[in-house]
Amino acid sequence: MAEQHGRQSALAGLGLDAQARISTRGAGEAGVRLGERPWRAQLALRGDPESEAFLTGVESVLGVAPPTAPLTVSSRRGVACLWLGPDEWLVTLPDRREPRAIARLEERLAGLHFAVNDVSHARTVLGLAGPRAREVLMKGCALDLHPRSFGPGRCAQSSLARCHVLLHQLDAEPAYDLYVHRSFAEYAWRWLCDAAAEHGLAIVAD
Amino acid sequence: MSEQPFRLFAGGRVDRERPLDFVWAGRRLQGYAGDTLASALLANGIHLVGRSFKYHRPRGILSAGAEEPNALVQLERGARTQPNLRATQVELYAGLHAEPQNCWPSLELDVGAINGLVSRLLPAGFYYKTFMWPRDGWMVYERFIRRAAGLGRAPSEGPDPDVYDKMHVHCDVLVVGAGPAGLAAALAAGASGARVILADEQSEPGGSLLATRETLDGEPAARWVERALADLGAMDEVRVLPRTTVFGYHDHNYLTLAERVTDHLPPGSAPDRPRQRLWKVRAREVVLATGAHERPMVFAQNDRPGIMLAGAARTYVNRYGVRPADRALVVAADDGAYAAAVDLADVGVEVTVVDVRAQAPACAEQARARSIEVLAGHGVVRTFGGSRVRAAEVAPLDGTGAGWAGGARTLRCDLVAMCGGWNPTVHLFSQSGGRLAWNAERACFVPAEARQRVRVAGAANGTFSLAAALTEGRAGGDAAARAAGFSGGADVALPAAEEGAEPAPTRALWSLPTRPPGGAPAKHFVDFQNDVTANDVALAAREGYRSVEHLKRYTTTGMGTDQGKTSNVNALGILAGLLGREVPEVGTTTFRPPYTPVTFGVLAGRDVGALADPVRTTPMHRWHVAQGARFEDVGQWKRPWYYPRPGESMHDAVSRECLAARNAVALLDASTLGKIEVRGPDAGELLDRIYTNGFKKLPVGRCRYGLMCREDGMVLDDGVSARLADDRFLVHTTTGNAARVLAWLEEWRQTEWPELRVWCDSVTEQWATASLSGPFARRLLGELTRDIDLDPEAFPFMAWRAGTVAGIPARVMRVSFTGEQSYEVSVGAGFGLALWTAIALAGERYGLTPFGTETMHVLRAEKGFIIAGQDTDGTVTPHDLGLGAMVARHKDFIGKRSLARADTLRADRKQLVGLRTDDPREVLPEGGQIVARAGGRPPVPMLGHVTSSYWSANLGHSIALALVKGGHARLGESLVVQLPQRSVPVTVVAPTFLDPDGERMRG
Repeated sequence: MAEQHGRQSALAGLGLDAQARISTRGAGEAGVRLGERPWRAQLALRGDPESEAFLTGVESVLGVAPPTAPLTVSSRRGVACLWLGPDEWLVTLPDRREPRAIARLEERLAGLHFAVNDVSHARTVLGLAGPRAREVLMKGCALDLHPRSFGPGRCAQSSLARCHVLLHQLDAEPAYDLYVHRSFAEYAWRWLCDAAAEHGLAIVAD
Repeated sequence: MSEQPFRLFAGGRVDRERPLDFVWAGRRLQGYAGDTLASALLANGIHLVGRSFKYHRPRGILSAGAEEPNALVQLERGARTQPNLRATQVELYAGLHAEPQNCWPSLELDVGAINGLVSRLLPAGFYYKTFMWPRDGWMVYERFIRRAAGLGRAPSEGPDPDVYDKMHVHCDVLVVGAGPAGLAAALAAGASGARVILADEQSEPGGSLLATRETLDGEPAARWVERALADLGAMDEVRVLPRTTVFGYHDHNYLTLAERVTDHLPPGSAPDRPRQRLWKVRAREVVLATGAHERPMVFAQNDRPGIMLAGAARTYVNRYGVRPADRALVVAADDGAYAAAVDLADVGVEVTVVDVRAQAPACAEQARARSIEVLAGHGVVRTFGGSRVRAAEVAPLDGTGAGWAGGARTLRCDLVAMCGGWNPTVHLFSQSGGRLAWNAERACFVPAEARQRVRVAGAANGTFSLAAALTEGRAGGDAAARAAGFSGGADVALPAAEEGAEPAPTRALWSLPTRPPGGAPAKHFVDFQNDVTANDVALAAREGYRSVEHLKRYTTTGMGTDQGKTSNVNALGILAGLLGREVPEVGTTTFRPPYTPVTFGVLAGRDVGALADPVRTTPMHRWHVAQGARFEDVGQWKRPWYYPRPGESMHDAVSRECLAARNAVALLDASTLGKIEVRGPDAGELLDRIYTNGFKKLPVGRCRYGLMCREDGMVLDDGVSARLADDRFLVHTTTGNAARVLAWLEEWRQTEWPELRVWCDSVTEQWATASLSGPFARRLLGELTRDIDLDPEAFPFMAWRAGTVAGIPARVMRVSFTGEQSYEVSVGAGFGLALWTAIALAGERYGLTPFGTETMHVLRAEKGFIIAGQDTDGTVTPHDLGLGAMVARHKDFIGKRSLARADTLRADRKQLVGLRTDDPREVLPEGGQIVARAGGRPPVPMLGHVTSSYWSANLGHSIALALVKGGHARLGESLVVQLPQRSVPVTVVAPTFLDPDGERMRG
């Protein structure tokens, strides 16, 4: 698709694919696996959580309704809706689905007070997984990530060391998606590599 | 064994199979694994370890723990050297290298000791009285005083070769201290299933149980410690952190811990592990089981090497297998001394006990059973000896304890072990905001009312018997777990402790009589580290320092690196006696973190070097780097500053870039500008209230420059906003103000105007922006787009269009910060580099020149365009900037009323003007002060200052912007910029130096 010609992920300059090829041999024993998972379409969604029309309208377009329980994620068939605040969500979709999703949301929600912005380029996603992944995050994140208080299907915004991060726990291994702003991505990557080194780090491709 | 003449043949927790060589003060010595530096020195018969701070008196090892005031050492050399480490806490490792501090030229021969001979010249408050005059003198004196006093040296070689780390952790129950109470608390809390952290500052958990010969369940107490640790180790949610000092107890049960991960290993021998780790713990509940510190007794010459705390002597015997002396005098004001007397006697030390209490307590029987002489109602008159105590004079006390009731008798001894009572270690409790109460029976402060979710157990709570400490610990751990929602810990089994004799009360005899029978008064030390004596406290009291906080600062008692752990309560007691008040009335000084000193390294963690702060880069960054750009830090961003060609100076490069932008076409990376989407039916209304000028009527497809003010009418930020749709604006902010402006919009939207139906979302990171400027900008852009009509009629200045540029979906805004024909092309950030590269390629035949922030600054200054934060400083109104036309009359906006205040209407406010130097080549320094004329007698009235100043290659002369009092009325006036060595004549001009009508950018 011509439109995607020359697109560069936030960490394109680091040559991660080459690093992944070198390090995948050890991925089995590594305490932590880390990779960039770029090109997830992302929409900043705002709306009234008490409006049934808004919630069902979104659900009819995306297949998932915006969750109203704080710090939770609704997901279905590659579409996820992450709770960021009482009237704010981040919707993630497969790559290049955003133009159509925006158009359909604007059509379906016409007349309601809502907003949807394409922020697909604003953040990249760093996938952090492995038996020691939680310990790596604990070095730089003040949230309580213990399984008793944060588990699969939960998300939260916080600081990771000195940058903002949106954290989404995917499974109990644990595996996380870390959404970091594009301009902070290299810092976050270097910080994570440094923090993970003592646990055995494998760089993996998306 | 000949290397360690005072090591016992057996006993203690040292490993005699693992000898360790180390160097102390240039001497090669040997100790064992399990030793501290202090215990290894004592095993070698070394008591003299340093010199005191003020008088340079010889000092020995006083304690066996964190409270040590004397045995401060300089550990290791080079980049790893560390000052002020307590030898009592430094674990011995192979090859350890330590030096004493504060003695020159050597430990045994110290020239500073001359101070001791002239000590009458150094009374309390000496520094204040002498060196505070003349007023500036302290700056000079301080350097010499510090050098002479010098507690250790900071490392002068850098950088720190070690790695430090941090961990954030949450728990239900944090137990501080792994002595009997702490272990019992952790067992109870752990059994309930709560998440528990047990932190202990020592090399191994166990606390006092490692140094006692008491039994638990009929076995050595250490055996139970092992079992307890095994039980804790089997609990999934319990984390035991040895070598971890809880040094700060902050609000909201947030505590900071410093773990010494590899400090007990030879430096550099564990490169894959951090040296220390900072634990930031958020605990629901806290149990403090921090034990107690023994109090020294205050008598004449109580500071000689060989005089130590009785509990410390006992610890050296029982835990480290050291026989600290041949003949010991044990001085008691509390029963604790007898356990030391007994344990010393049992390893062959000849012991005499002097008890300041009139009656020997019940526990004295154990001592008498060992043929130890017990002199009740006696005290120490004074001591003898040089580098080691040699003898002590003892005499009967009178009934009040203020004088002697009989003749003195001299006892030979090479150890004086004293026990003045025990101070519960209330530091953390006090840091947490808890209130203390006075326990008269045991003469000590104990925790009373807690302010946070904290419980105290064991000796830290004034509960000194082993059996009671265990019970209290278990109860505390169980109660803490229950409070956190867990139960079931109340019935964990506790070991049976020995029944001890009923303890006799502690005698609060804060200072023994100052004058020996028929002799001259001698020094009774209260604070060993800062050399504060009982006389100093008395002098301060006489001079009116009645508040304990004043006493502390005046005498410096408790102000050393030990923070007065052994001295504060004695000083309070003495002060209270002098003032005729009770100790609790005098109160304590404030306990502050850290409990013991922590390294800067552990506080910094990994936030050093390349990870010290994020470096934000734009999607085009790699291109800039490849082109050899120099970068400027703008907040956390790295922005291209200028692009020097080989051999070019900055001046050359910037001049070339400036000329290219005005005569051909030039390209700027503008991706860092803040961008906010404002959406909703009331989007226009919100902007109308935020900006001084109107936005509601801005047509879709058009852009407008706006100024926003704070409530006080001062300019906060400026930028261009584009109307994307009826209900949708894109607001641009200054790069450095992006987060601040979004927060500003949100604050007003959420707190003041919740009725407005509008959302604000940051899209700064979504877009990459390339800004074309110059007469060929339109032609160049025309080669890259087919679906945007660039005809000036169709796409006028201050409009925006959507389309594709270089095949990439783009938004193009015709706005200009350079004053040239200019187009800002924005694409999804992932396409930023592709767009930039395409423009650069297509631009080659137009002489396209990339330019950086420096050229941008010059070009905008030629036009008189301000930069918020450079030409404004929070005291400048729109009118001051000459932008009064942008202030709407017929709508309200933030700051409007302030603009009608008399002060904001003053004609002599500082106003933005241009300056021309009489010498066109002279470039004024930014910040230069402007005065009416050269010379003149100070104080010279200041008229203003230069805010921006550059060489303008386009104009062939320098240009400057300035804020000048009444500047708008001064056009044509001659003023002077006063520099340190000379003055520069200038003429006030309008701030627009080039194309005042804007024909170039509109064309």
